[in-house]
Amino acid sequence: MSKDKAPITDKARYARLRREAIGQGLRRLYDGVVHEPVPDEFMDLLKKIDESTDPERSPS
Amino acid sequence: MTGRSAMDRTTHSSGSDDTFKAELLSLVPYLRAFARSLSGRHEGADDLAQETLVKAWQSRSSYLPGTNLKAWLFTILRNQFYSERRRAWRQEPWDSEKAANLHSYSESQTSAAELSDIARALQALPNEQREALILVGAGGFAYEEAAKIINCAVGTVKSRVARGRRALMAILDGDEQLPMSDRPPEGEAAREILSQLDRLAPHHGGDKRR
Repeated sequence: MSKDKAPITDKARYARLRREAIGQGLRRLYDGVVHEPVPDEFMDLLKKIDESTDPERSPS
Repeated sequence: MTGRSAMDRTTHSSGSDDTFKAELLSLVPYLRAFARSLSGRHEGADDLAQETLVKAWQSRSSYLPGTNLKAWLFTILRNQFYSERRRAWRQEPWDSEKAANLHSYSESQTSAAELSDIARALQALPNEQREALILVGAGGFAYEEAAKIINCAVGTVKSRVARGRRALMAILDGDEQLPMSDRPPEGEAAREILSQLDRLAPHHGGDKRR
């Protein structure tokens, strides 16, 4: 699309599109996990961490 | 100087612990994503993320408030992963079914098959390229931040990202069976990657069933 520099060959354009697609795929894989609901175990763990490191503060 | 006081963790220790814990919790999704893309496994990844939380909690006094907590956590997770992996390297057989389930993107998104291919190809990269690519290409870290997490020079991260991208493309295009880093990784890792590839891609390139 951009005509400002030397004409882009089909090969180069293809390579760039592939690169972008792969980059997008990588982000999507990662974001897919980020957007998953956090399993309860993590909450439980953080609660337990509290109790184990702070035995004097009784869990309410 | 008192512009942002609400989230400051400089008060009483119990209060700061609570804040720290809340911050940890808020970053759990990223820890899970990093763990899963780094390890290429579904179940073990959450264990890894949880161990990271425990480690982080235990060493919370060494975290410098105001610095990038996410990067700090990622550093811990990464260390955990490599030390653990050294131990458990051969215990778990690679399961390509699980590898294909690495991600849980919404099915409506375009090419699920290609995403799955990318996930597998990512696991075939040398560790150094994979982690660089995940941090910069997927996690959105700046090269400088990634360099701190990996504990290497910024230029090194840049070249690893570039090489990782090329290698991924080569794998996905089926040009190349195994991307070699110019410094060979630990022999064992290389062998493992090779055997993974053998199991994963009997006919590489076009594994799009449907």
